Formats: sequence, structure tokens, C-alpha cells
Amino acid sequence: MSIEEFATQLESEFEDVEPGTITPDTNYKKVNGWSSMHSLIIIAFVDVNFNVILNGSDIKSSETIRDLYSIILEKSK
Amino acid sequence: MAYLKTSHSKIIAISSCVPKRIEKTTDYHHISSNEQELFIKTVGIKERRVADDDVACSDLCFASAKSLIDKYNCADEIDIVIFVSQSPDYYLPATSILLQNRLKLKKDCIAFDINLGCSGYVYGLSVMSNLLQSGQLKKGLLLVGDKSTTSTNYKDKSSYPLFGDAGTATLIDYTKDSNDWHFNLQSDGSGKNSIIIEHGQSRNPFDKTLDDMVDFEPGISRSKRNLILNGMDIFNFALKEVATNINTLYEKSNLSKDNTDYFVLHQANKLINESVRKKLKVEIEKVPYSIDVFGNTSSASIPLTMCYKMKEELQTKKLTLLMSGFGVGFSWGSVILNTENIYTNLLEYDRA
Repeated sequence: MSIEEFATQLESEFEDVEPGTITPDTNYKKVNGWSSMHSLIIIAFVDVNFNVILNGSDIKSSETIRDLYSIILEKSK
Repeated sequence: MAYLKTSHSKIIAISSCVPKRIEKTTDYHHISSNEQELFIKTVGIKERRVADDDVACSDLCFASAKSLIDKYNCADEIDIVIFVSQSPDYYLPATSILLQNRLKLKKDCIAFDINLGCSGYVYGLSVMSNLLQSGQLKKGLLLVGDKSTTSTNYKDKSSYPLFGDAGTATLIDYTKDSNDWHFNLQSDGSGKNSIIIEHGQSRNPFDKTLDDMVDFEPGISRSKRNLILNGMDIFNFALKEVATNINTLYEKSNLSKDNTDYFVLHQANKLINESVRKKLKVEIEKVPYSIDVFGNTSSASIPLTMCYKMKEELQTKKLTLLMSGFGVGFSWGSVILNTENIYTNLLEYDRA
């Protein structure tokens, strides 16, 4: 899955987000309506789609979708 | 991995009891309406049953057990009572012994407690079937449940809206048929801080500050008396371990997921359970849910789900079931077993 697809698909997992709001450089924790439950949504999405399990540190240390994607690629190795 | 097989046990009946009082997520005003909506969609809990202050978990288990004992008229035949819970009546004595007396069971009866949470039903089945399989003891009563709402704080949004109360009873007989039950049971105490009540026992005894409220982060305040829950740690644990445990069990037992009628998972959180289901590649129709109306009922969630969602099937059919419990500890385990014509019953707690 490319980073652009990742951003688009993750966007569809979030509620009430205008299409195109989330791009690779979006600080996902600053998206309107962000809550800690979104972290769980992201972890579940990544697990199912990449077979990679993100942990709390991964979420804390990342800001953008690109940061997340890099962590996923690193953990996929 | 601790794989084990037991034989000669048969589930005869399951009864579950929940309090009458309903708390709806939409009435939990410690979080915004948007958060309520997201919580319902993600975690899957629309409402939960909450016991009154003076109702103990053992009262709910007692009601469940009484209904089965009355139906089968078997008070004099019960050889073992096991109470699996993390909300006992007292620090001591063990609640199972009190229930032996309340249920008017004979004194020639083994009674002991097991201190486990969400994995408790599967562990309880393993202990009960081990005790029954020699044939020296013929009938066991497995009482499983929790009153988790005693430990959660209304001002802690990370735990309060998750838990519901329930107490169950499962009547299990020795049978001459081999009736193998296959278990895979696991533990990892390094996860202790992910769900914990730190104070009030011998490690951190009661002190004068036990009820002092502390603010941790927005929406999360609690006292030392309360349950601490780190949702992300638990989520990670469940994603990493549960499907692996189940797949290993199928491998070791030489049984097939395709021949399993239902996968009854602990009702932890819809997002966790759906992730596990997808990893197992199991159709949604084979994974029953009760979390929407009862919340996370700890060790009671598997038998409660069976009583709530599978009554007709259990009573009329031969089924192969996978049950998997996972959580606090960390402790987790799965069992594959066959059932035939199990009677089930779902009660609302009646103080009378």
C-alpha cells in the first residue's frame, strides 16, 4: 500500500472528516475531533492491513501520516 | 505454550444473571456526545448492566446457580464448586465456600476460588474438567463473574464506560464418553500494569489517602481504590497474542477452524474482537457479540454471550465451539470443545 493510499484509507476510518483532509503530511493528532480512541482505530487498521502492531510509543513519537508510514515500513522489515 | 487435553466432561447447562439497572453510553456525560458516538461505534458498547452498591458478584452467581440447581434438583449431587472472580465477597474466606453454604450443597464438596479476570471462564473449564475427568467426582458447578463497576471511577473515561456486571453458573458433569476438551493456556505477568488495582491488598495496604482523587489527564481522574486501565497496552497485547494462541491450539489439537461452528470470544472491545476475527479469517456470523448490551463483563462474558445469543442453537444442536478469554494479568487461553443440547438461561437479578 502506498503512502497516499494509506492516508486515504485511514481517512475513511475516521468519522466526520472531509475527503482530502488527511494527506501524508497531515499531523493526524490535530485532525478535528481527534481522540485517544482514534489511536486504537489506527493500530487496528495497521494490524489488519500491514500485519504490523504499533504500540503506544509509536503513536506518541509520530506526528504525521508519513511518520507513521515510516514506522510501519521499519517494523515490516 | 501450555497445551492440554482433558476428557470425560460435558457442559449440561449455563445460566447467566445480570442486574436490572441499565446505564447507556449516551447518558455518560463525562465525555462529549461526539466521543459517545465514537465510543459506541469503536468499542461497541451501547449500554451496560450495573449492580446496586449492596449487590455482590456472588449474588449474581448465586441466582444463576440456584436456577440450575432448582431445574435439575441436584443440590445433593454437586461435588465441586469453583468461583472464578476478581470481586470476591471478602478478603477472606473464599467466596466459593460461602456459596456452598448459601446454595445448601452437601459438605462433601470441594470449594475454592480462582482469582482471574477475562481469561477466567476458560481457565475455570480447564480446572473443572481436570477434576472431573477421573470419574471420582461426578458433578461440578463453575461460578464465574465480576462486579467490575465497584472498582471504576465515573471520572475516569478510560475505564468507567467499559464494564458491566454479571454472574454466571455452568453445570458440568462427568461423562463416560471421551469428549475431549483442548486447551491452550498462557500467562505474562510483565503486563500487570496494563489493568491493575494497585492498592488495598498486601503489596500496598489501605491508607488514609485511598479515596483521594488524583487528576491524571483530561477526562481521567481516579483514586487509589480504582481500576487503572491502559487501553493501548491491552489492545497491543490482544492483537499480538489472541489469534496466535487460537491458531496454535488448532495446530496442536489437529482440529480445524472450518469445522468450528462458533468462536465465542471474551467481549473486550468490538475493535479488538473484530481484529482478532479478521486475523483468524472467520466469518462474522460465527462470532457472536453481547458487548453492545452488556459491555465488558470480564470472566462472565463468554457464558453470558452464549446465553444471550446462542440459546436456540445450544439447546437444539451438536456444536463445536472455540472459546477464548484474554485480559488482566496478562492471562489468556482458549478451548475447543463439543456441546450437545445445553440448556441456557438468562436472568435479571431479583433481590427477592
